Amino acid sequence: MNLQRGPVLASKVFALVLVALAGWTIPAIGAVGARAEDKPYVVKDGKVDKAVYNGWRRYTESCLRCHGPDGAGSSYGPDLLHSLESMSEENFKEVVVNGRQNVTAATTSVMPPFAQVEDVMLYIEDIYAYLKARSDGVLGRGRPERFDR
Amino acid sequence: MTVRTYLLAAAVLGLATSGATANDELIKLQKDPNQWVMPTGNYANTRYSELAQITKDNVKNLRPVWTFSTGVLRGHEGAPLVIGDVMYVHTPFPNNVYALDLNNNGRIIWKYEPKQDPSVIPVMCCDTVNRGVAYGDGKIILNQADASVVALDAKTGKEVWKVQNGDPKKGETMTAAPMIVKDKVLVGISGGEFGVAGHVTAYNLADGKRVWRAYSVGPDDQLLVDPEKTTELGKPIGKDSSLKTWEGDQWKIGGGTTWGWYSYDPTLNLIYYGTGNPSTWNPVQRPGDNKWSMTIFARDPDTGMARWVYQMTPHDEWDYDGVNEMILADIDVKGQPTKALVHFDRNGFAYTLNRENGELLVAEKYDPKVNWATHVDMKTGRPQVVKDFSTQAGGEDHNTKNICPAALGTKDQQPAAFSPKTKVFYVPTNHVCMDYEPFKVSYTAGQPYVGATLSMYPPQGESHLGNFIAWDAGQGKILWSIPEPFSVWSGALATAGDVIFYGTLEGYLKAVDPQGKELYKFKTPSGIIGNVMTYTHGGKQYVAVLSGVGGWAGIGMAAGLTKDTDGLGAVGAYKALANYTQLGGVLTVFSLPD
Repeated sequence: MNLQRGPVLASKVFALVLVALAGWTIPAIGAVGARAEDKPYVVKDGKVDKAVYNGWRRYTESCLRCHGPDGAGSSYGPDLLHSLESMSEENFKEVVVNGRQNVTAATTSVMPPFAQVEDVMLYIEDIYAYLKARSDGVLGRGRPERFDR
Repeated sequence: MTVRTYLLAAAVLGLATSGATANDELIKLQKDPNQWVMPTGNYANTRYSELAQITKDNVKNLRPVWTFSTGVLRGHEGAPLVIGDVMYVHTPFPNNVYALDLNNNGRIIWKYEPKQDPSVIPVMCCDTVNRGVAYGDGKIILNQADASVVALDAKTGKEVWKVQNGDPKKGETMTAAPMIVKDKVLVGISGGEFGVAGHVTAYNLADGKRVWRAYSVGPDDQLLVDPEKTTELGKPIGKDSSLKTWEGDQWKIGGGTTWGWYSYDPTLNLIYYGTGNPSTWNPVQRPGDNKWSMTIFARDPDTGMARWVYQMTPHDEWDYDGVNEMILADIDVKGQPTKALVHFDRNGFAYTLNRENGELLVAEKYDPKVNWATHVDMKTGRPQVVKDFSTQAGGEDHNTKNICPAALGTKDQQPAAFSPKTKVFYVPTNHVCMDYEPFKVSYTAGQPYVGATLSMYPPQGESHLGNFIAWDAGQGKILWSIPEPFSVWSGALATAGDVIFYGTLEGYLKAVDPQGKELYKFKTPSGIIGNVMTYTHGGKQYVAVLSGVGGWAGIGMAAGLTKDTDGLGAVGAYKALANYTQLGGVLTVFSLPD
């Protein structure tokens, strides 16, 4: 699956290698704070902050139909947890805003532009935070539990 | 299938009213087991074949004899048609149609390749599926994803006419197969997750001119009902039957789409189909019964007027669309010979009705795990909802847990088969439960209008996600049940050779005997969500099925189902379909050795 459009930056390749190596050294899911990258989320003891929770809900409303439960991909939408291992936040937002098409004889992948969709644009930070937490392996599948309010 | 045959049939049956053409031809053709002339096999939707070369004793020798790659890697629902010596194969978006020459090893006679704007893809709810083409009067009718209906010359593949049945910019798309009745093409519309108001439309088979359109929701003149003569459970439905059950203008984006299968009883001159979920999935935003979503309709195909209706799930709170096939079977119901309509609903109840008048005869659970309602009150026809599993009672932003079945339903569109020989129904089912949390959403044309988050998982204490069952519709009882690791998302086929066929999501074509004993299996290139069909060529029986995993099954199961209480660390426990099969688009044809 072609997850990157255009030239892949050297830093991304580097990040990918780091993640791949990290994958060998982190024995179990839920090892918080083992990553060097930005962590736009707060996850503790399996509980999440308001942003991540909201991100999960908005993801479910607007993205799940194609990208599957928990960002894990469907039979036709890419696994976003895998995508975010190498995709920058900036690149992620660019694709959400403008969409992307990959229509060939064998593939008909079309992501619509969400620039005009309030429920996505207003909460894009939260959606990214949720998916990043999932991609980093600090948040499991299903409905996240919020910190006690 | 020539003009001569038609004239003969018309003369003998005296059915040539209103200059009808395809009806008489099709009434005859659908009874010929050598061909498979409509997606449902026949007007009664029984998916039963009189062919008996392949039997329960020799099916173990079955083997694939030829295959055809469709060139498309998306969910392949439906089944090909066989008319004479030609097989017609359809694909998901871009909805190519192939005419294959059975006399020449499947050589491609023609290929139709529609030009469609790919922006329709993301407004299709659950993959870019298409459930097949229809044949009538020398034409092949195709419902395209972009909501255009095209008539092709069956000999050449050239366009004869093309009409627009909806606006994809508003989320109106088409996935269902058309059905041809008399001189009309009947088509539905998809888009219940985009606030589309459902309707059925009749176009002239000859020229594509629109004849009537009947909405599922709205004012009486748009519903095509007669408040005095259209009945529900024997009583007139009265004036404004739909409008009275919605608050304000919500009905205008009220759903009730018509993306399932259609059946037809030529003697009663009635067509039957079901309507989908009311929009949104958040029940709190649409107080009332939301008629006529979730409803079985019986209509006159000439005028569109509704004879009777029956709403199975008033004020839906779980996305239990009522679109599954209506199987017309003459069976004994509680000892009485009955012209029955049998329907396995998403809501987990199997309904047996009198198809002449819509009287409710049997409504029983066809998966013992169904828990959202205790039973259906046979006087009022209403399900008795269990408060603990009511997402309306739980309210917005409350997660209602362990509801069975999940929104996928105990069965989705994958059609069951009925054998008049055994009088038994063979039903592909899902065995999945869910948590459901409704929340407030606003409507924007062309944007998802869902308003609920869901998690799906197997019933508590179980690990399999599907069953293939045998059902007695006269008694409302499960006769046997074969557990399957994943939902059975393939349409079944029953034959006079006492073999019942179905496909599985891992990609197996399976054959079982009438007692449910497995006789044969073969793993095709991809997961099967298509429907098994059979035909003869050169006097030999063939069985065919499309492989190509996807559809709604492809969303939930590609990466495995989830359960929030499993929380962290349980990822390894998920059974991912991706570990068993990958994308595909292949027709596999089977026969016995010579």
